[in-house]
Amino acid sequence: MAKKVLTVDDSKSMREMVSFTLKSAGYEVVEAEDGKAALAAISGVKVDAVITDLNMPNMNGFELIRNLRANPTYKFTPILMLTTEGDSSKKEEGKSSGATGWIVKPFNPEKLIEVVKRVCP
Amino acid sequence: MVSLDQFKQTYITECFELLVDMEAYLLALDIDAVDTEQLNAIFRCAHSIKGGAGAFGLDAIMNFTHVLEALLDSMREKKVKPSRVAVDMLLKSVDVVTQMVRVAQDNVALPDGFGHELLEQLKGLAAGSGIESAPISGNSSDEGKESKENIEQQRWHINFAPHETLLATGNEPMLILRELERLGTVEVMAFTHRVPVLEELNPTCCYIGWSIVLNTDKLEDNIREVFEFVADHCDLTIVMEEAKPPEDEFVADVRSNNIKIVADDNPARSTQSSSIRVDLEKVDRLVNMIGELVITEAMLKAQTREFTEGQFSDLMRGVSELSQHTRELQEAVMAVRMQPVKSIFSRMPRIVRDISAQLGKEIRLVTSGENTEVDKTVIEQLGDPLTHMIRNSVDHGIESPQVRIAKGKPEEGTIHLSASHRGGRIIIEIRDDGAGINRAKVLAKAREKGLIAADSMPSDEECDNLIFLPGFSTADVVSNISGRGVGMDVVRRNIQGLGGIVQVTTNPGKGSLFTVSLPLTLAILDGMIVRVGAENYIIPITNIIETLRPKSDHVKRVEGHNDVINVRGDFVTVVYLHRIFNVTEAESDPSKALIVLVESGQKKMGLVVDELIGQQQVVIKSLESNSDPVAGVSGATILGDGRVSLILDIDGLKSLCHGHAELEAA
Repeated sequence: MAKKVLTVDDSKSMREMVSFTLKSAGYEVVEAEDGKAALAAISGVKVDAVITDLNMPNMNGFELIRNLRANPTYKFTPILMLTTEGDSSKKEEGKSSGATGWIVKPFNPEKLIEVVKRVCP
Repeated sequence: MVSLDQFKQTYITECFELLVDMEAYLLALDIDAVDTEQLNAIFRCAHSIKGGAGAFGLDAIMNFTHVLEALLDSMREKKVKPSRVAVDMLLKSVDVVTQMVRVAQDNVALPDGFGHELLEQLKGLAAGSGIESAPISGNSSDEGKESKENIEQQRWHINFAPHETLLATGNEPMLILRELERLGTVEVMAFTHRVPVLEELNPTCCYIGWSIVLNTDKLEDNIREVFEFVADHCDLTIVMEEAKPPEDEFVADVRSNNIKIVADDNPARSTQSSSIRVDLEKVDRLVNMIGELVITEAMLKAQTREFTEGQFSDLMRGVSELSQHTRELQEAVMAVRMQPVKSIFSRMPRIVRDISAQLGKEIRLVTSGENTEVDKTVIEQLGDPLTHMIRNSVDHGIESPQVRIAKGKPEEGTIHLSASHRGGRIIIEIRDDGAGINRAKVLAKAREKGLIAADSMPSDEECDNLIFLPGFSTADVVSNISGRGVGMDVVRRNIQGLGGIVQVTTNPGKGSLFTVSLPLTLAILDGMIVRVGAENYIIPITNIIETLRPKSDHVKRVEGHNDVINVRGDFVTVVYLHRIFNVTEAESDPSKALIVLVESGQKKMGLVVDELIGQQQVVIKSLESNSDPVAGVSGATILGDGRVSLILDIDGLKSLCHGHAELEAA
């Protein structure tokens, strides 16, 4: 069965690109526009991996990661954060929040598939 | 390669929205008491634009927003103060990026060095804080790795001992080992000595370690990349067989610049509703079909009128429910095309800011009712006239601070821009507390230009509205700011083109109020149905001034011209609709028929019709998709009895009747 990935980003184009890329690699994708929406989205379905942006209104990526890690169902789920080059302090905060790994923007489809496959084949 | 071009349009639309937001936030920014939340919101806009730009290879946008982002970031960290100069520069950046996005949308190249000067200024500002923005590495790092692939097979010894915490990060050692397998051949040996006895074993902890021998032609970086996510959660040694000193890990981390994260909870954006983007064509098809449905419903209803009481009662009930639902459906579909006027209102603060700065005036723009909705087409065409009116108020309305103080007014002038719904129309008001219209000057100007008779004494209200006359605006009344080659007559024409009305009332010395009244939609029109012979025509209500039955001696024949009628001293051209449309058996004697007095621009005409049938909202059907444009007719509609009726275009009729008169005279 196809693995289900939740992509969280306040930018619609970014969500669409992530979603399109992952679908082309055979993943099922669920989209959410911020942390709050992401938590709402997983209340009914179990996803196998999460890709989240960090800068978002309502609930940012760090809070989302912490919330997910506090949920027994998502304790060990791979969570990737989208970060930009040079944002090492963010990367650190993401890691300490419980992120599995990161994807460095600018967005590159091949790289995305590669990283997602690494944590959620 | 997965192509992302199909998302470019979404990205570009999004950029425009983000830029509008960014501008609004910047304008709202109080430099004396900076709201961190607002800075965060501005930062997020720049950040989002940059993120997408990289994905679509829009390097100019990426490079520019990168610097912008760095500057905003140092503002968030309070390393750079958001001074007025800085805000101005950021506003200019919004313009530059908007330009860049537009260029990207058209797929053309940017001129060399576009925005370069501003970029340097931004860099200078950011540099003032002592921090340099980190260079963008883009995709170059990937290329570097792959180009150096062709090296010999090497034998690597890898020791991988996960900490107990590794699993809690969502990483999975098994997957890492598989990943290594993809680089070459591996021999793996597990160390299980750390595994405790069953009672002490915590299944969420990782106790096993691995020793791996990897044969690969890849570089150490490629191997390290496999362990990238777990580097903090394991002891790792990677050694090539002819021992080589380990390199520094994660050079990128050295660049740490302590970015403070502030909780993202922005009330301004929380009102964002969930929405979908739909092709306008689909909506228009829906609108069109509803139009057809409304007509069908009206036809059905007309049929049932002939039934006597109690006959076919079920059918009657059905028809009455149908008409109710149709009406609701129609409203709902029209609502889809409706957009808040916010999109135009939000452009105004910038305009006021820019012009008032040029003129050295202090002006505060207050907007209200931004969420009032109106049809998309109306919105699109309202921008220009509204901009012009705002410019006009800033330029002519509000006085300079010195004059205001002398008059005992607050130094800062106020322009209030508001929108509201009133009786199926949208009312937009522009109220200023400036000098008001100088009636004496306006009157003198109008007389000098021959726009009104030298001896006429217009009322105050008529006098104020003289400024909408074509040819009124002149160099000594209009400066280069609101001048720009268009006068208030163009504003009025634009608004009338939308089926709207614009008026001004002024209170000398206290200020002026411009009122624009517009229909909510262009798909429906308030029309007066008139009968000419056996034909029905629709006259748009907005064009009608009054209806009268003239005495026979009021209509005068003018040789070689159209007849004219004396309406309280005004001579108005009489247009016989039956002659223009070749209708037989229509009343040709105006004193036995009716004259509907209409106006378009400042020109009035009297249309001769047989009878007024009644006022009705009609669904406009375009003729031009089925035939060439017909002079004097703007469209058609289908009435309840199923008959097609033409909607008159008063402007077109005007030019048509001139031609007609010449033809008859010839």
